[in-house]
Amino acid sequence: MHLTDEEKRMRDGAEGEAVAAAMDLLIRYGEALGAERLCDTRNVAGTMTQPSPAKAKLVEEGGWAKAFAVINLDCDDDIEVPRMRVPTCQLQHGYSDDAAGLSKYSVANIELQGSAESYFSERGVNILATCTPYQVGNLPVRNEHCAWMESSAVVYCNSVLGARTNCEGAASTGAAGLTGKIPYWGNHVPENRHANRLVRADVPVESFQDWGMFGYFVGEQVEEERPAVIGSLAQPDLANLKHFGAATATSGGVEIYHIPGITPEAPTLEAAFGGRDVPDAVAYGPAERRAVYETLNSQGDSDDVDFILLGCPHASLDQIAEIARLLDGRRLRDGTELWVMTPRALRIMADRNGYTAAIERAGGKLLTDSCPAMSKAAPDGVRVFATDSAKQAHYLPAILGIEAWFGTLDECVSAALTGKWRGELAA
Amino acid sequence: MTGTMLEFHGRGIVPGVVEAEALVTTETISGFGGIDVATGTVIEPRHELFGVCFTGKVLVFPGAKGSSGWSGFFQSTRLLGTAPAAFVFNVMTTKAALGAIVTRIPTVVGASPDPVATIRTGDLVRVDGDRGIVTVLSR
Repeated sequence: MHLTDEEKRMRDGAEGEAVAAAMDLLIRYGEALGAERLCDTRNVAGTMTQPSPAKAKLVEEGGWAKAFAVINLDCDDDIEVPRMRVPTCQLQHGYSDDAAGLSKYSVANIELQGSAESYFSERGVNILATCTPYQVGNLPVRNEHCAWMESSAVVYCNSVLGARTNCEGAASTGAAGLTGKIPYWGNHVPENRHANRLVRADVPVESFQDWGMFGYFVGEQVEEERPAVIGSLAQPDLANLKHFGAATATSGGVEIYHIPGITPEAPTLEAAFGGRDVPDAVAYGPAERRAVYETLNSQGDSDDVDFILLGCPHASLDQIAEIARLLDGRRLRDGTELWVMTPRALRIMADRNGYTAAIERAGGKLLTDSCPAMSKAAPDGVRVFATDSAKQAHYLPAILGIEAWFGTLDECVSAALTGKWRGELAA
Repeated sequence: MTGTMLEFHGRGIVPGVVEAEALVTTETISGFGGIDVATGTVIEPRHELFGVCFTGKVLVFPGAKGSSGWSGFFQSTRLLGTAPAAFVFNVMTTKAALGAIVTRIPTVVGASPDPVATIRTGDLVRVDGDRGIVTVLSR
């Protein structure tokens, strides 16, 4: 891999051991990928603070510097961690103190994370604490090189914002924050961003649920490929595209998609394919839609629901407002928990708008920084949960060993109020 | 096995040489939500390796899918002593490449003929991450 003189100096230690270790990791990683060079980035979204058993052990051995070295730089040396060289934010992590006592997630973990926040914020990491940094001010511009992890954020960054990032990991983002470099490979290269698969919706895709199911179908069909999607698509909003992208990245490994006329790199279908031949479309019809619905609902037997999870990826202010409206003046059934996950910055706005109070009056909770999948903890004793998120319906049964129902927001709220799942696929 | 030794040539992306039993899947693997790092076991309910432990095995698979947590989850298997002995996969992605590096196990990518179609679970294989060669030693 070609290195600039500046990069060689960084590798050789001119800017300290941590930067040298970061360059070493980026070089090994870039060479493994077959990248010809690195590129500059000023926008890193990674993860350093969230506790895990492996990380807690490393912190015990050598503090956060040790944990950062091993996990975020793949380096076993004792090093000082300097200030990040370029703007870097923390994605979602473990629960914050607003979740203390609500689940088996330990207070020790919450405290450990608090100390991590202090340590890394002193080193320039912005603790946005959300899987949706684009909802709280981290909005890269078109063509900007980014180093982001979190699959749902990556697909949004590439597809909706038209910025360029691969699906990075804890180590590559740690190294990118300290160096402002990331391998120029994959989605950074313009010709790799064109669509190579086509999926056509023959049934209307309008609601939040529709976009999630369609995304889940697209991901299953194309796996790691780059779909353009056409057909009966209503004008999507941020929440629809957030949900669609998250679902494509859950059932498959989609990192970029195009919607001609909607997303920035696809003014037309031809542009989405970069002038190459447009392949035959895979059809998403009534049978396919039904099959996706049944797949997402194949992990529920009992219709006695005891937990409702909303906000995955993290809820927007509009979504919180809608949840508050549906819950206003009502009361959750005893024994049913309802959690709405959102970034802390949006929670502050939800507080000011009275949404938080409306949700809490009904017995629900608006929680920040994390989600049950990330923290591997739901309310104690949960057996059957319901969600409007295709991603959580996919992951949570495996992570927590619980049953799942997938439906609309209305159906989820109704389940919270009655303790019964009564969802069905609208015609 | 009798006859010619099966050999697969690809690109070594993490150096080192190991010999171990193969664990083969035709399905891509999810890190986050797909494996339990404490036990080194696949936990995705619909996966053909559901409930199977990969610790100490040469994991032969098409590639990585799902969350960007992939590399961190496999890195945790190294830190907790439940890692595979080697990786052999077909499709290069950032997740799998970074995952291999931080798991620090010999890794060969894009080998020919297709290892997923040819190597069988239980085969004794040698993975040479220095030269990018995978060899079936016995089956």
